[in-house]
Amino acid sequence: MPSPEMKKNAAGRMVPVEINGQTAVPYQGVGKHRPTGNRTAPRIATSIDYPESGNKVVPDLKTALKEAGIRDGMTISTHHHLRNGDFVANAIFDAAAELGIKDLMWFPSASFPCHAPIIEHMKNGVVHHIEGSMNGPLGAYCSEGKMRGMGVLRSHGGRYQAVQDGDVHIDIAVIAAPTADPFGNAHGLTGPAACGLLGFALADSQYADRVIVVTDNLIEFPCIPWQIQGNYVDFVTTMDAIGDASKIVSGTTQITKSPDRLRIAEMTARFVKEAGIMRDGFSFQGGAGGTSLSFAIYLMEMMREAGIKARFVRGGSTKYLTAMLEEGLTDYILDGQTFDLDGVRSMRENPSHVNTSPFTSYNWHGKGNFASMLDCVVLGATEVDVNFNANVVTHSDGRLLHGIGGWQNCLFSKCTILPIPAFRDRIPVIVDEVTTLVGPGELIDVIVTERGIAINPLREDLLASVHGKGLPIRTIQEMKAEIDDLVGGTPKPPELEEKVVAAIKWVDGTVIDCVRQVKV
Amino acid sequence: MSAIGQAGRRGDRVRSDCWIAVSPRESGGITISLKSKVESMYGDSIRKLIKDGLEALGVGHADVEVEDAGALPFVIAARLEAAVKRVLPDTAAEFLPEAKSFTKSGTTRDRFRRSRLYLPGDQSKLMLNAGLHGPDAIILDLEDSVAPGEKDTARFIVRNALRTVDFFGAERMVRINQLPAGLDDLDYLVPHNVHLILIPKVESPEQVVAVDARIQELKAEHGVDADIYLMPIVESALGCWRAYEIAAASPSVVALAIGLEDYTADIGTERTNEGRESFWARAQVVNGARAAGVQAIDTVFSDVTDMEGLMESVLEAKSLGFDGKGCIHPRQIEVVHRGFAPKEKEIDKARRIVLAFEKAEAEGLGVVSLGSKMIDPPVVKRALRTVDMAMRAGLLPEDWREGGADNA
Repeated sequence: MPSPEMKKNAAGRMVPVEINGQTAVPYQGVGKHRPTGNRTAPRIATSIDYPESGNKVVPDLKTALKEAGIRDGMTISTHHHLRNGDFVANAIFDAAAELGIKDLMWFPSASFPCHAPIIEHMKNGVVHHIEGSMNGPLGAYCSEGKMRGMGVLRSHGGRYQAVQDGDVHIDIAVIAAPTADPFGNAHGLTGPAACGLLGFALADSQYADRVIVVTDNLIEFPCIPWQIQGNYVDFVTTMDAIGDASKIVSGTTQITKSPDRLRIAEMTARFVKEAGIMRDGFSFQGGAGGTSLSFAIYLMEMMREAGIKARFVRGGSTKYLTAMLEEGLTDYILDGQTFDLDGVRSMRENPSHVNTSPFTSYNWHGKGNFASMLDCVVLGATEVDVNFNANVVTHSDGRLLHGIGGWQNCLFSKCTILPIPAFRDRIPVIVDEVTTLVGPGELIDVIVTERGIAINPLREDLLASVHGKGLPIRTIQEMKAEIDDLVGGTPKPPELEEKVVAAIKWVDGTVIDCVRQVKV
Repeated sequence: MSAIGQAGRRGDRVRSDCWIAVSPRESGGITISLKSKVESMYGDSIRKLIKDGLEALGVGHADVEVEDAGALPFVIAARLEAAVKRVLPDTAAEFLPEAKSFTKSGTTRDRFRRSRLYLPGDQSKLMLNAGLHGPDAIILDLEDSVAPGEKDTARFIVRNALRTVDFFGAERMVRINQLPAGLDDLDYLVPHNVHLILIPKVESPEQVVAVDARIQELKAEHGVDADIYLMPIVESALGCWRAYEIAAASPSVVALAIGLEDYTADIGTERTNEGRESFWARAQVVNGARAAGVQAIDTVFSDVTDMEGLMESVLEAKSLGFDGKGCIHPRQIEVVHRGFAPKEKEIDKARRIVLAFEKAEAEGLGVVSLGSKMIDPPVVKRALRTVDMAMRAGLLPEDWREGGADNA
């Protein structure tokens, strides 16, 4: 693959102007790129082609793919509701290999270590490249420049945007459904692979040419509620098991025992309280990572003490958010994915535990979305720099490590807080310049480390609101200097090859940065 | 086959540590084979550190193998020194990291010792952020938490930590090994800004005197001026019996501590949560300490998940007359501080006494009185301490004098 033409974007990063044969727009700044034209339209289907009985069941996945007209070079999409327990994505490409298909583009909403077998399919030519998050072995494969096409990483909202704007045309969407009926109605609330909701598959069901629902719990029509509507679905098929339940949701969510992480979580909650963000009717989002989970627990304690109630919280739901809802500390959970069995149960039983999709929560090319309405959001990062820019996709050595998830979308909240350790092993987390720019500093308000709290100087209001409240407020430069001294000097930046292996999209579809091949 | 000295830990589960093997040779200079998780970032700096270290230790020719999982420089230096000295035991030179300025502050006899956080001497990872959790003291432990085969590297790590790790104002304590081995530990501590030595399993005042004498010798040898205090720990029937003699054995003693795990075994019973079996011993230690004019420090609470049990234990210790408690997990610190914090009534009374004392001083009066009552100097001293503790616990604002003058 020849090096593509590069251009400097508004963040000062050199980015490719062509990605896998398509023109790409360099990032223009936050809120600068204005799209024109119309959204893409799906093919018009007709009931002539579908059985009046409503029975769309075909014997197996291979037959479904064949009937859907799978061909060389097509784009196949999947979804990560089954997380690291997913059996379906691997089964699709095994079937495609048996059918002799080549050069597919895999378009997952996220990939997990369980998808390592896709590497074999990239080697044998079945899969050409991946547009989606690449972690673990897939991340290494891409980082080392072995993938044929360029990887494209998008946020959850950015993925919806790319599909509706026509940046990505999905030929066949395969939706792994914990429960479905023969018409194709599906949900994630029950069944051996119950995962809660199926929101990540919404765009795919609406815009793909062909939609296949795969389930291991086929029930009689109607499947209620229809989180995925059968009217979008072409074929329904079954597998013995679509996933490994123990890796889909955890039976019990573990909170961190690390004293440092607990300290960071507690300081974050205290910040939210002292800054006046925690007040009646407020809203927040926290994830299922150890630190943000503990943050929610500390905050819950403080809310209880102060007699304060939230209007809504955004999940990743866990038993802790569920407990908040059941205790009346929040009116609603607006949930993007459920991380444990309590979350699944609550969503099934409690009408105030509401399932959402990247369309409602995150899509930038819509008439608004929920992310900007949140009073605060707590997120992770692999690196932040002294200008508050953050990286969430690569390690400091330049290797792809994580997907973007909803991370970029969440930055639009009224107060974005990154609680992160100041160093991991010997590697400082606060750096002069992030290895990969994923989130612009102007949207990142607060960095909380075990060594103190740094507030973005742009947020004079926040600085004023916590003044004299006894919080360890420091400048980010001060914390960086302290850590550099501790770890024995500023680390050498990674030496990277010229070749671009992946592009990082901003929420509006522009290219904010790219990832280069690592030296092996 | 040439001899090899190895030190440190390796394997997939090791983090923030390293393993180093040194095979000295007759000629050929130094060759380093390095495998590091942080190679791209710190590879060159690690190689330089190894070269500098070997030069300082007088090793001119050797094969060095390093497996590094993100160890900090002071840890790499300690592992290297241990590896060299294991294969070349006659090496007298040391490889000392430069002492950071923040390690040079001193301590005082009367400072608070409510919480002291134990940190295993050969696990550097836990040391780095220990001070952030705000303990009154940290204890770098060379005794029970270090395996017998690792005592030598633990000495180097503890020494290097004393020189380079910021404990954010916590008093720097080290628990040495049981005597006589513990006396040799002092060589690695006294010249390196240690504040206080804990002497384990003390049963006689002579043991305290021996440690003190060795410290004075080393202080003179290395030109150390700062005071180095002692905290003997009694952990047996005999030790408890002689609590007062031990506490009064040397003017360097500032506190006497009790260790209950060994004590209960020694008297032939089991340790319970209620602690009836140790009531005499604890009361004896408090009284022995008070009689000698030093602080009394209670044992650790070993269930790190049971915060309510810990709080009960702290309140009991306080009611028995103890000034502090050992901590084995950072999350215990805040509970211990809260438990030892004075009650509202105590604070109120202390405030009034302090104001009266300050007024008397300002007016040049020799006698402090509150209402019609005369206040004795020890009561004033105690009130000053209570106010100080209340401010530290956040129960009294720093500017309480302005807001609270009406209570005087």
